[in-house]
Amino acid sequence: MIEILTGSSLNTIQDFGRPHAMAMGVAQGGAMDRLALSHGNLLLDNPMDAAGIEIVFFPFRMRFHAETSFAVTGAACPATLDDLKLPRDWAITARPGQTLTLRAPEQGARAYLTLRGGLDVPPVLGARSTDLKGGFGGLEGRALQKGDRLSCLAASTLRMPAAGYGLTRPCPLPPADRTRIRVLPAAEHDVFTPESLQTFHSAAWTLTPSANRMGYRLEGQNVLKLSRPLSLFSHGILPGTVQVPPAGQPIIQMMDANTCGGYPKIATVIAPDLRLLSQTVVGTPVHFETITRDDAVQIIRREAAELSRLATEIATLRTQLVF
Amino acid sequence: MTRIHMAGAGGLLLDAADGPFSDTTQRRIWAASRTLDTYPDVLQTIPGVNNLLVTFDAIQTDPSVMEELLRTIWTQASAEEVPSREIVVPVVYGGTFGEDLALVARFANLTEEETIDAHMAGRYSVAAIGAMAGFVYLTGLDPRLAIPRRDSPRLRVEEGAVVIGGGHAGMMPCTSPSGWHILGRTDLCLFDAFRPEPGLLRLGDTVRFVRAS
Repeated sequence: MIEILTGSSLNTIQDFGRPHAMAMGVAQGGAMDRLALSHGNLLLDNPMDAAGIEIVFFPFRMRFHAETSFAVTGAACPATLDDLKLPRDWAITARPGQTLTLRAPEQGARAYLTLRGGLDVPPVLGARSTDLKGGFGGLEGRALQKGDRLSCLAASTLRMPAAGYGLTRPCPLPPADRTRIRVLPAAEHDVFTPESLQTFHSAAWTLTPSANRMGYRLEGQNVLKLSRPLSLFSHGILPGTVQVPPAGQPIIQMMDANTCGGYPKIATVIAPDLRLLSQTVVGTPVHFETITRDDAVQIIRREAAELSRLATEIATLRTQLVF
Repeated sequence: MTRIHMAGAGGLLLDAADGPFSDTTQRRIWAASRTLDTYPDVLQTIPGVNNLLVTFDAIQTDPSVMEELLRTIWTQASAEEVPSREIVVPVVYGGTFGEDLALVARFANLTEEETIDAHMAGRYSVAAIGAMAGFVYLTGLDPRLAIPRRDSPRLRVEEGAVVIGGGHAGMMPCTSPSGWHILGRTDLCLFDAFRPEPGLLRLGDTVRFVRAS
């Protein structure tokens, strides 16, 4: 049992979301930085998609009421278990009564708290993720508040060194001065004027404060224009879609995005870079780089292979730990 | 001319729109969606208005192979009739529940009563489901009521709002931002994640609006 000590309207329970619910109009949802959640779960020998807490509002504090193994991954935020400083992407076992504090990140924007077994909240439409818009999933369909108590699914005790253990290579975070995002051209890419396409690819787009789990609005010096007026029927859109509303400033759809939309689409952010965007801090310049679909597939497959290699290595390493 | 666009590495958007909305095309979209759903490599299909989004796992499936499958199935898809239920939606029109009724009436050059009658006279079809959980894009709106969406969306439109926008009719399944115009309010529960079938409406269903008694 854990108890949340700090309230916010933004810290939510997330897993990998609802990949089969879009046809109902339900957002895919799930952790904005899926790799960070995966790393946390791997460290705890959990299923990769076990539910954890996505933390975007700091400081975050919680208390353990039972002995619990946990991991903190994602954003580089100063983390302390009582007075013990924890390194990045680290797992350790807390004793009853201990308090975990996460302070504002030095790099990145979202931290993930995973717990041995994964959080025990009822699955809704195939996932434990909180859908804030729909008001279901997670804990009563809402963000975590001060005083909330959460339990974990039953799992055997995890043996680990008293000081815990971590990853030598934590998940990469975007540098503070610029985020580079790789994209594929989307349906209306070629309808934008040549100048607009040039601007899209060469300009620095600043991430505005209007950035949440539904979408990230960007702002640039020059607006993006179509070469002819377009009136599109409503169509399905996926997280990563870069829409350009009439105002000419791009909006990138994130994990809780609407499942259908009607604005022209200039590009789609490749999945591995969408997590980098989700770790980007408001005010940071964002640069787009168009790649080919073959390159995108290679990048996605390489990342999946790396994750599965990491899973094997951690599992092997765990059997070799001596106490 | 049907076009297939990339929607990232793991998505393809088939756009079959050719001028105004086509009922025949829409029935083919539904048929292609049902067929594709039987393929294990297809993660999900999301029928839009005369278009279809297909998602797959690019780690396992080559996008070019999926594109070929989509093209083949689209070519073979026939505009078969789908089972259709009639759902009657009781609406309280105008007043505080329908704050855009006067605006829409002016746009259509009708009185408010005539506007309500025109909205109730339609036999609407659920063409697509999406944007938010349980939201339906209804085709069959009287062309006189085809008012464009608001330039800037309202930040909050209440659950149950009966709305029109961009040539479609709809109803708000939850309170959310929306750029559509509000004609009235219904009490029907359009989506409940805890029902065995969460959405009230299925693709192809017929919707009729009546005055709430």
